[in-house]
Amino acid sequence: MTRPVLVLSALLLIALPLSLLAGQVWIDPFGPPVRNAVPILMELRAPRAVLALLVGGGLGASGAAMQGYLRNPLADPGLFGVAPMAALGAVLSFYTGYAVQPYALPAFALVGGALAMALLALIAGRTAGLALFTLAGMMIASLAGALTSLAISLSPNPFALSEIVTWLMGALADRGWSDVAIAAPFTLAGLAILSRTGRGLDALTLGEEAARSLGVDPVRLQWLMVAGVGALVGAGVAVAGIIGFVGLIVPHLVRPFTDHRPSALLLPSALAGALLLLLADCLCRVVPLPGGELRLGIALSLGGAPFFLHLLLRLRRDVA
Amino acid sequence: MTLAARSLSIPGRLSDVSLTLDPGTVTAIVGPNGAGKSTLLAALAGLIPGAVSLGPDALRTLPPRLRAQRIGYLPQSGDVAWNVSVRTLVGLGRLPHDAGVQADAAAIAAALHQLDLETLADRPVARLSGGERARALLARVLAGQPDWVLADEPLAALDLAHQQALLARFRALAGEGRGVVLVLHDLALAMNHADRVVVLHEGRLAAQGAPADVLTPDLIARVWGVAARWLGEPGVQALALP
Repeated sequence: MTRPVLVLSALLLIALPLSLLAGQVWIDPFGPPVRNAVPILMELRAPRAVLALLVGGGLGASGAAMQGYLRNPLADPGLFGVAPMAALGAVLSFYTGYAVQPYALPAFALVGGALAMALLALIAGRTAGLALFTLAGMMIASLAGALTSLAISLSPNPFALSEIVTWLMGALADRGWSDVAIAAPFTLAGLAILSRTGRGLDALTLGEEAARSLGVDPVRLQWLMVAGVGALVGAGVAVAGIIGFVGLIVPHLVRPFTDHRPSALLLPSALAGALLLLLADCLCRVVPLPGGELRLGIALSLGGAPFFLHLLLRLRRDVA
Repeated sequence: MTLAARSLSIPGRLSDVSLTLDPGTVTAIVGPNGAGKSTLLAALAGLIPGAVSLGPDALRTLPPRLRAQRIGYLPQSGDVAWNVSVRTLVGLGRLPHDAGVQADAAAIAAALHQLDLETLADRPVARLSGGERARALLARVLAGQPDWVLADEPLAALDLAHQQALLARFRALAGEGRGVVLVLHDLALAMNHADRVVVLHEGRLAAQGAPADVLTPDLIARVWGVAARWLGEPGVQALALP
């Protein structure tokens, strides 16, 4: 096990129990007993923490894999169009009113994510290069974005509208163990699939042609990527809405502590993504805001955008 | 094991190319732009499906990993997407192998040694000079311990001294019994350093054989459309152009 993995695992082990204590009601394990402490911990905070680990881990790992696959430090899991399509699915569940049924929202979101993957397969085919593949993903993303806006503009009533807009901001508030049950299998499957991409991603460091000369099957790698990233992002959107920037930022934070090989980045990025989301969600719970808590998606975008700017400025300096 | 093409045709790029290359020799593939040199090299490396065989096996029937263990390929573009260390870069050549950590480390150390990269092993590739980078990329191929080394214009970005140094490495590889195939633009380098020259013209084989027999002024005029003659003596010849 490498040092980043050990350090991040240790940090997670410390942060996880502490995160359970933070919130609008602080629970001091050594202080006087808090009313309803057990239900708050077990029914509210524990599932939320587990979801933060699952969604953050999935986004971190898929970001690292996408950057390796596209050989681009600015790549993000959103580029395949899976997240916007999953969001469109979820929005349609509000639009049609099915969202009130249990499991309907995540089911719609997962179907949306799967549809994005099927569309990618249809457009990019078996032999597509990276450029066509990425453009296909961006086309799907913009189509999903347009359809989402259409659904919002045609929304049948103000309640649906407000539900859609709030949900799109991304959050882990009011999630329960049923959401964990939805996200866990897809996240674990996605991580298992991405763990099979390491050799191919490393070889791609030298370009597509050299990767093939090293025995990498580009078609197999492409579908491992689509299935792995699709499962992780689809599951994340299904339970938490759109949470941006994690997949972009986390690999950058971790990369300097590895030997820069894409395969060496996958596990540390999963752990760092889990840690980032766990801490960000704690922050959302404790920041005092009139009229509710800070939405996780907003918090991450607020922190992520300046980071992205910093990245661009550094890239510009390196180029100059 | 010989590397052979039998009536190799790739629609629009190569037609009816047959040749047999022997291990222990340096072969230069030459020809004008668009003649199909890189296509032929990629086909010989198994990257484009075609009628190519390695010893008794048709290349397309070999599993990709096994093919990659036997044929090392150095593409023309020397780009490295991530700022890895030289040691990590060279280690990428071990990807086709499942030989274990110790065998990998030994092969990487040997490749670093072979190309005088030991003192640069921990340097990030972004901080290498052009010549050092070319050596590191070749070391990556050698770390895979392939029987064949195929390189697409490996000398293109190098100055004279680095060209000579790299050519000496290729000659040493042939001396170890490996087959070396280079796509070259410079006919003088092919003349002076190859055991055998393959001339392509408009996707067809124009000539093949020993450089002195093949690269005649007549052939150069026919294929390149340039009137040229050789100056100097065998081994150190230069091409005089009008």
